[in-house]
Amino acid sequence: MYVAVKGGEAAIANAHSLLADRRRGDRSVPALRLDQIVEQLALGVDRVMSEGSLYDRELAALAIVQARGDMIEAIFLVRAYRTTLPRFGYSNPIDTGAMLVERRVSATYKDLPGGQLLGPTFDYTHRLLDPELAAGADVAEPLQRETEAQAMPRVSAILAREGLIEPDGEMPQDHVPGDITREPLEFPMARDIRLQALSRGDEGFLLALGYSTQRGYARNHPFVGEIRIGEVELELDVPELPFAVPLGRVRVTECQMVNQFKGSAKAPPQFTRGYGLVFGQSERKAMAMALCDRALRASELGEDVVAAAQDEEFVISHSDNVQATGFVEHLKLPHYVDFQAELDLVRRMRAEHDARENADMLEDKKEAAE
Amino acid sequence: MDIAAQSIDGGFADPVFNAQTVFRAVMDAMARPGSVQPLPAFTRPPAPLSATAGAIALALCDNDTPLWLDPALQASAAVKSWLGFHAGAPLANTPADAHFALIANPAEMAALDGFSQGTQDYPDRSTTLILQVGNLVSGAPLLLEGPGIEKTATIAPAQMPRHFVEQWKQNISRFPRGVDIILAAPDGVACLPRTTRIKTMEA
Amino acid sequence: MRGQEARDQADRKAVMATLAQASGDDIARLWNEAGLTSEAELLRGPETGLVTVRGRIGGGGAPFNVGETTVTRATVRLPTGQVGHSYMLGRDRKKAKLAAIADALWQDPAQRQTVETALVAPLRAAQGETREKRRAETAATKVDFFTMVRGED
Repeated sequence: MYVAVKGGEAAIANAHSLLADRRRGDRSVPALRLDQIVEQLALGVDRVMSEGSLYDRELAALAIVQARGDMIEAIFLVRAYRTTLPRFGYSNPIDTGAMLVERRVSATYKDLPGGQLLGPTFDYTHRLLDPELAAGADVAEPLQRETEAQAMPRVSAILAREGLIEPDGEMPQDHVPGDITREPLEFPMARDIRLQALSRGDEGFLLALGYSTQRGYARNHPFVGEIRIGEVELELDVPELPFAVPLGRVRVTECQMVNQFKGSAKAPPQFTRGYGLVFGQSERKAMAMALCDRALRASELGEDVVAAAQDEEFVISHSDNVQATGFVEHLKLPHYVDFQAELDLVRRMRAEHDARENADMLEDKKEAAE
Repeated sequence: MDIAAQSIDGGFADPVFNAQTVFRAVMDAMARPGSVQPLPAFTRPPAPLSATAGAIALALCDNDTPLWLDPALQASAAVKSWLGFHAGAPLANTPADAHFALIANPAEMAALDGFSQGTQDYPDRSTTLILQVGNLVSGAPLLLEGPGIEKTATIAPAQMPRHFVEQWKQNISRFPRGVDIILAAPDGVACLPRTTRIKTMEA
Repeated sequence: MRGQEARDQADRKAVMATLAQASGDDIARLWNEAGLTSEAELLRGPETGLVTVRGRIGGGGAPFNVGETTVTRATVRLPTGQVGHSYMLGRDRKKAKLAAIADALWQDPAQRQTVETALVAPLRAAQGETREKRRAETAATKVDFFTMVRGED
């Protein structure tokens, strides 16, 4: 059967101009500027950069406005934009040990070189809505404290001195880092590729999976070894210059999760680690990523794969919210032909079912009469 | 050290439109094997890289496409840095790692089966060979047939590889794997995709 | 000579780092105040593309790809022959062109001092101040632990 699905051009065009109108809203309210979003909705911008997998604040801010604040739609816009640009190369790996730290906390050591720096955190706030903010009250300048610059080695380095923690993750000597933007996903997957997928993965999905590991589905006894947020230098090797060219600084959040491990056939009792690294200030995401990274190392560490968070095909195939929204949302698009076929099928099955019932009933009556 | 000036000069004057024009010519040549698509000299690469081959390299190659150079090109530091600066393509370690290969001297080139042939799952991952030829009329004529050719087509590229017809027969037998060839002549391009059969070679 | 060459490279890289971090407006303002030339032949760009940011597993282990960032680059040649390059985060093409000219001017011994004092030094000073202010603000959020002694000894 053929069902016509042409038409709707005028409706679509009008819907888009209606969208533009509703996006702008009441014209007597001033329009948002991108710098306002970058400055005042900074963590929303960071989320779009992290899951859009593109570090560019102004573009993320534009995407947020264009998407009317729908974060997944904004992430989608950023992902679409990045496909239009050529790639100049891969940066040299960033050195989070040399970060200009804006926040750094550890749940495993109270006293550590460089100290615990709370930075601009929501922790210890009372979560009370602030009417003064609504009234547009002035905000005081933050306090400053004069101190000597202090080196801040990663906490994992301190634990390593005891010999009770596994080293930073190494790959075989000749391993070339995989790139999910260039090669289709294949399972089983190396840890570096998993980390790339997790870093752009949906915060809510990874948060729920991380939470599930804490509640007993693949429990792995995590402690936050360290969270650090701040800016790192980015450098790129280019053929025309004899040194790595400095590109500027990017802000990232790093989470080192430390997990007690009772040992297995493959490894002795020790602390194992999960790692999280994401664009911007995105602490919850980095922590969730680190929990998932550790859970996904089950096979490598000789643990039984018993829970969803340990199943890499399940986790990695469903962590990308652009893919997920595309497949879920496509269901609302016209499926008239498919549905006609389904309708025919169900009608036929129902008719056959009814015919059988009637036949059985006649049979029963006949038997009763005899 | 900074690369020499000759490695920086001679790229596309108008990168977007020049690249589009070259891409269009190569696409048409690939779609109609044996046809010659004219191409103006958009680039001035260092010798022995030709203007046509240089333009094709700039249009098709980038940071994600490892490029293999034949010994004649490999020997020129200027060619390597010109390609590095304008295309950004890394050099492939072996022919089998190459997405594209530039051949300045086809008569002496390595065997076709030494290049990446792609896989059954991803036949597109084979090497595309860009052969610099002096012209498309003075060599041994090749009678072509296959998809994109109505009946037959004939080209006669000069300085083709040794035993080319035999090598091409083997290339076709690997289908869907196999290499594709772009012939870069001074004033135009012609292509031999892996679907094109060389029927006979006239004397 | 070898040591001099290494020092020159380090200085040139430091200039590029300062320019990459500066805002396009600040560069343009200082450029005009210093009366620097913007006459140069564009050899490549300015053009915007992507650089894939790499991190290391566990902070110091094997590299992996984190995500991409926008980068704009330019290459220019001065009438005097020097070739200058620029690469920087973001999409500011005007800034990339000026930074490439600055890199070329810096290589001209007659211009180096002007570029350093009129353009780079003020930018570097402002960046240093911003960095110090940030550090001091962060330092004010440092936790000073003190132990409560309980019971009798």
